[in-house]
Amino acid sequence: MSRASVRDRSRAFALVAPLVLFLALFFVWPLWTMVTASVVDDAVTKVLPRTAVAMADWDGSDLPPPAVHGALAEDLRTAQDQQALGEAVRRLNSAVSGFRTLLTRTVTAAREAPDPAALDFAAVDPRWNEPRFWRAIKEAVPPYTDRNLLAALDLRRDAGGSIVAEEPGAAANRIIMLRTFVIAGSVTLACAAIGLPYAMLAAAAGGVMRALLLLAVLVPLWTSLLVRTAAWFILLQQEGLINRTLGSLGIIDAPLPLIFNRLGVIIAMTHVLLPFMVLPIYSVLIAVPRNLMPAAASLGAGPIRAFWRVLLPLAMPGLMSGCLLVFMVAIGYYITPALVGGANDQMISSVIAFYALGTANWGMAGALGLILLAVTLLLYLVYGRLSRSPQLPGA
Amino acid sequence: MRSVRTFALVGCLSAVVGAWGIIGAEARDLTVVSWGGNYQDAQRKIYFEPFAKQSGKPLLDESWDGGIGVIAAKVKAGVPNWDVVQVESEELALGCADGFYEQLDWDKLGGKDKFLPAAVSDCGVGAIVWSTALSYDADKLKEAPASWADFWDVQKFPGKRGLRRGPKYALEFALMADGVAPADVYKELATPTGVDRAFKKLDALKPHIVWWESGAQPLQLLASGEVVMTSAYNGRISGINKAEGKNFKVVWPGSIYAIDSWVILKDSPNKDAAMDFIAFASAPENQVKLPEYIAYGLPNKEAAGAVPANLQADLPTAPDNLAEAVPLDADFWVDNIEELNKRFNAWLAQ
Repeated sequence: MSRASVRDRSRAFALVAPLVLFLALFFVWPLWTMVTASVVDDAVTKVLPRTAVAMADWDGSDLPPPAVHGALAEDLRTAQDQQALGEAVRRLNSAVSGFRTLLTRTVTAAREAPDPAALDFAAVDPRWNEPRFWRAIKEAVPPYTDRNLLAALDLRRDAGGSIVAEEPGAAANRIIMLRTFVIAGSVTLACAAIGLPYAMLAAAAGGVMRALLLLAVLVPLWTSLLVRTAAWFILLQQEGLINRTLGSLGIIDAPLPLIFNRLGVIIAMTHVLLPFMVLPIYSVLIAVPRNLMPAAASLGAGPIRAFWRVLLPLAMPGLMSGCLLVFMVAIGYYITPALVGGANDQMISSVIAFYALGTANWGMAGALGLILLAVTLLLYLVYGRLSRSPQLPGA
Repeated sequence: MRSVRTFALVGCLSAVVGAWGIIGAEARDLTVVSWGGNYQDAQRKIYFEPFAKQSGKPLLDESWDGGIGVIAAKVKAGVPNWDVVQVESEELALGCADGFYEQLDWDKLGGKDKFLPAAVSDCGVGAIVWSTALSYDADKLKEAPASWADFWDVQKFPGKRGLRRGPKYALEFALMADGVAPADVYKELATPTGVDRAFKKLDALKPHIVWWESGAQPLQLLASGEVVMTSAYNGRISGINKAEGKNFKVVWPGSIYAIDSWVILKDSPNKDAAMDFIAFASAPENQVKLPEYIAYGLPNKEAAGAVPANLQADLPTAPDNLAEAVPLDADFWVDNIEELNKRFNAWLAQ
């Protein structure tokens, strides 16, 4: 390779370097953190190294031998890093509820005991008489785990180590995940049904009319999400504008249930996401020569046939990218469903937010995010296959 | 040659980034974080602005919606961008155990015996005592509901009910509606049969419940007539009565009260100013002004005693209101929130 071409290459690389850096920093790195958070499980062994070693010989069936007791007391007594201890406690409490208060009590006892090796655990807290608490520590010894990923799919490992489904009524991540895709899909369809004619209208109109139509789509985009959602609340509620108008016109006798159900969620989300559908279709349609439709008519095609054979295929790229945008944004929603939805309209993001913000269980949040990402990628692949196959005539 | 240039570039970049970090860490003003809404408006008037004037340095205030994950993320980032935060009792217990907060200087606060015992800990000092209680619109309901059993009685009080989405509070209220005495609620909830009993009681009311998420929603639900009764935060109820002339009432028996505390995030760059601010907001002469704006109880005993009698009756700390109220068991929820939230979600989806 000549010096000049090396220089060119390095210059080209320097030009894309900001992009690569940006992608690595804001895309690859967080994603990698999420993946590792969901499978790495070293919080407990970091704080309880002696216990981990002592537990290797214990089969986990009954209570562990005294050597394990002594090791645990020594580990707890010498644990210096309070935040690391907190991580370990959080991990154990997530496996068996009650570890939080149990370990807090035991740490105090271990630090105050004159002879930690002889600490009587059952006297500190009777829960130490239950093997399940000891077993939870043993299960947290291996450095990697699939429990978060399994739990995200409502699965778990039984005592024998084989994967079993959670009892019905104990977990609902699968249902909520499915519901997320159903809601996102319905919103996408609703946006397409409204967005396509709207974009056609905007592209066909001229001057002030077009500016007004586009402004009407864009203004909601500039308004806070909460304000828009609250506005829908006022419109849709039982004594709201819509129900009152319909009632005073004599169209309905009793108020329609428009809010705190799926319908309310889809109406509000469709409104919020409509710009993401209208703008891509509009940008495609605006480039379509205006004489195509008259040309189709002159060749004998009626309006519907001309739309179906000429305009729709040309608008397809815009429609497709609009659908993709709306769907992708919609699966991440949770404020709108939380405010206008009912008991069965919560989306998976609200569960992720509960773990990430509410309990700082980032392993579980990462696992749910990862499953969501995997399913979305799968859908994207299917979509790519579907949207590629029909070749446009002449395209 | 090129390597020299690259080296210089990297050097410049890191210098810029480093300078950014230092400026960011040194120049940030004291940042106080609370719960927003009309509560924070009141705090701004009686704590934030007077303190800024007194200390001669600006004070930034932000709001948040709680969650130990938020605190954990801030502290683990190294230098947190918040200094003083008002936290709920679970976040106080969790964060204190996990080393997310600085130890308080109780000498600056005037000693631990100046405060309610429940408002005192190594990492935090109580800011308010607040309640979650049954509320209704007295202008719309002719007969007043008196208990959670009435809340569950859809024959006597037809219409929808509002409850906060999530197991916390809903399970306690369900048990009280099922006849468990307020004092025994957490004892019952600590057993698996007690949890089953609570969910079974919730089953009966499920079709009539509208679940709310943010504290402003129950007021809206009551005002619009969407629900006839709802659980709500007591300060918001008296606030809307004052601001909009509503006649919303709070049913004190069976209400659950808790203490919110001021904490300082670990390794805060404004540690001393933060401690001074907490001392200012805990001083009786400043704290006593709060009930005028919002009906929350005061953890400083001297301040609590100095509240005018006409405001006293609306506070969760008034003896009559405390008589049959339940203190929130933060330990129970710290232990069980994950498991019960999972079950609650599954129950909702059924």
